[in-house]
Amino acid sequence: MARFILPFVIFMIVAVFLFVGLGLNPHEVPSPLVGKPAPAFSLPQLHEPDKQFSLQDMKGKVWLFNVWASWCTACEQEHPLFMEISRRNLVPLYGMDYKDKREDGMAWLQQHGNPYTLVVSDAEGRVGIDYGVYGVPETYLIDKQGVIRYKHIGVVTERDLSETILPLVKELQAK
Amino acid sequence: MIPEIGHFALIIALFLALCLGVLPIIGAARDNAVLSGTARPLAYGQFVLLAVAFLCLTYAFVVDDFSVLYVAQHSNSQLPVIYKMSAVWGGHEGSLLLWAFLLGAWILAVAMFSRHLPGEMVARVLGVMGLVSVGFLLFMLLTSNPFDRLLPAAADGRDLNPLLQDPGLVIHPPMLYMGYVGFSVAFAFAIAALLGGRMDATWARWSRPWTTVAWVFMTAGISIGSWWAYYELGWGGWWFWDPVENASFMPWLIGTALIHSLAVTEKRGAFKSWTVLLAIAAFSLSLLGTFLVRSGVLTSVHSFAADPKRGIFILSFLVIVIGASLLLFAWRAPKIGLGGKFDLLSREALLLSNNVLLSVATASVFIGTLYPLFMDALGFGKLSVGPPYFEAVFVPLIVPMVLMMGLGPLARWKKFSAPELAKRVRWAFASAVLIALLLPLTMGQWTAMIALGLLLAFWIITTMILSLHERLGGHGNFMQRARGQSLSYYGMQLAHLGVAIFIIGVTLVGGYETERDVRMDVGDTLQAGGYEFRFNGATDVEGPNYVAAKGRVSVSKNGKLVTELFPEKRQYNASGMPMTEAAISPGLLGDLYVSLGEPIPDSAGAWAVRVYIKPFVDWIWAGTFLMGLGGVLAVSDRRYRMRRKPKLNILAAEGK
Repeated sequence: MARFILPFVIFMIVAVFLFVGLGLNPHEVPSPLVGKPAPAFSLPQLHEPDKQFSLQDMKGKVWLFNVWASWCTACEQEHPLFMEISRRNLVPLYGMDYKDKREDGMAWLQQHGNPYTLVVSDAEGRVGIDYGVYGVPETYLIDKQGVIRYKHIGVVTERDLSETILPLVKELQAK
Repeated sequence: MIPEIGHFALIIALFLALCLGVLPIIGAARDNAVLSGTARPLAYGQFVLLAVAFLCLTYAFVVDDFSVLYVAQHSNSQLPVIYKMSAVWGGHEGSLLLWAFLLGAWILAVAMFSRHLPGEMVARVLGVMGLVSVGFLLFMLLTSNPFDRLLPAAADGRDLNPLLQDPGLVIHPPMLYMGYVGFSVAFAFAIAALLGGRMDATWARWSRPWTTVAWVFMTAGISIGSWWAYYELGWGGWWFWDPVENASFMPWLIGTALIHSLAVTEKRGAFKSWTVLLAIAAFSLSLLGTFLVRSGVLTSVHSFAADPKRGIFILSFLVIVIGASLLLFAWRAPKIGLGGKFDLLSREALLLSNNVLLSVATASVFIGTLYPLFMDALGFGKLSVGPPYFEAVFVPLIVPMVLMMGLGPLARWKKFSAPELAKRVRWAFASAVLIALLLPLTMGQWTAMIALGLLLAFWIITTMILSLHERLGGHGNFMQRARGQSLSYYGMQLAHLGVAIFIIGVTLVGGYETERDVRMDVGDTLQAGGYEFRFNGATDVEGPNYVAAKGRVSVSKNGKLVTELFPEKRQYNASGMPMTEAAISPGLLGDLYVSLGEPIPDSAGAWAVRVYIKPFVDWIWAGTFLMGLGGVLAVSDRRYRMRRKPKLNILAAEGK
């Protein structure tokens, strides 16, 4: 008799795991880069391609580095929140236009508004590889020493910003 | 107005499904012919309403009704009409509607082609399917209504994901869903048999053709998906062990075990409770597949928007359907009895071992797919399991499975003598070993994995020739003997040959493929696999709803032009998404595959170009095609086509 109830027992155990799994977010893959120095780069600026921008320029600041692209529909979702960040001056926000044509990137910003202090262009996605970008959008929080403190994969929501990112920014700025 | 008709049709369909799930089952339990008799009319009515709902949504897509939210999200006025129609199942809500519609179609088919079955059985089977239908219709109406309005209407739609704008993806989901939903028939027969408490071989005979048809659809659906991934994703791969691929692979594996198990139950009356459990498992895994895709618990390229509310709903549905079935199984199965006895050395034992191996293979895919979720739920952190795991566990399971596959059709039922069987197959085995050892030498590098793969493939082929020889050879009329064999015998052999062809494809493409990823200026040439690829630059072309850079690559061998290839890099207007269209020159002995990577900035038209030589890759899909064709032959067997005759005879006899 016992062996006939076994399939049911196994199934119920799986169901419990599935239930717990519903409350978890599979997109929160840990990045091996968190806690490590951000990979150095030097890229042309999107609006002034003859000028370079490099990681060194940000030494001593706590800042957000957002990877986006004009072809990324999900980026439109987080965009209003970034406009808010820029309007209220919550944290310096820098963008990287990833695998994108310069004209397209600039046109997109013109159409939707530009929340970024400065945007660099990574047309070939080389720097994206160093940062382990596997989907756009991704957002990194980098501290005064140039160490990545937090990585967010996917759209940043209001909750992510108010519950995780901003408290961490305050803590890092205080150091 | 039209979308409201569709919405209304869905609501009435839900009520009919509710009646279908309750009345006939009560009727069967109380021996009430009137209640049992409601099953067929309810099944017809439900199908008509689901068809109306499906047509309404299709209509909304074709006429660009962007006041329907789902249409606005998944279509665009520039989209070619054929893709507007397939966009119906391009997203979550529409996929569900397709699921419900196909389930309605299967219920209709069972209602129509079950005249020879006892009324009580038909009532239970249709009732169980009706209950499944209730679950899906409730899910759709409560959490994912495809007819929700968007007011004010959008000016234009957001466009169908360009990945889905492809002929392969027009037919892949319907085929796959036909398979998923089709397993509900075997499931319903199993539950009906458990409810009725009559577990004789007739149950297996009735559900066999239905199960095989569902399996054929599923085989076709998975193959088309794999073929699409090969030519559309631009990486030249054909299987990625992605969670959603696994979600379709698991019911396929169990379905394969089920059709073999049903054969034994029908012919020998053995493994009855095991067959019932497989029937429940095949459909449960189909439902689980739906849960994995729709709930967003796993990351996958296929994932639609994750929504916890939907996840909770499907999970509850899973627990009710699967949990109740397994409880019913635990309650009724002990009374089933063991059926025909068989020896440790018998065809039954071989089939049972293969069944167990297929189930273990399913379990290993299951664990690999859900392992990240289990670890995460237990607080061990996030991780992912990749192809290395699956390949490491799969190969050791496949080897004994294929060895027994060769022996199965040769072995005798009940009991065979091992020395006698060994003597019969010695030449088949020797020739398979010889071919496996020598063939790789003629193709280049010899490796143990390639030899092993070829050994497995040729073992299937040589034992098949042996079986055909034993049955058809000898003196006398060959044609008569050939006609004397049943179609299901030929179907089985053809499907097994398909497995051999498939293994050859997988082995050779894995062992001998060449891959080059280089920067090419206009006029550059590249040598790969004895071919010379010349890049003649890329020009801009305009498609119906995209602009593309179209590369020209001429391929020559020994200075002679073999073919010209035109890979494209497309940019879709509405979504702005870039897409790679690989150019493939297919061949019996292998494909030439070229795709465009990225344009190189600040150069005179140079591109990153990817070139693959894929030997025997099309044998993979030729193999799955033969498997499916074998299934079609098996269900075309005279036994199934003639089944109305005996009834007519009985009626005629009664008339006298």
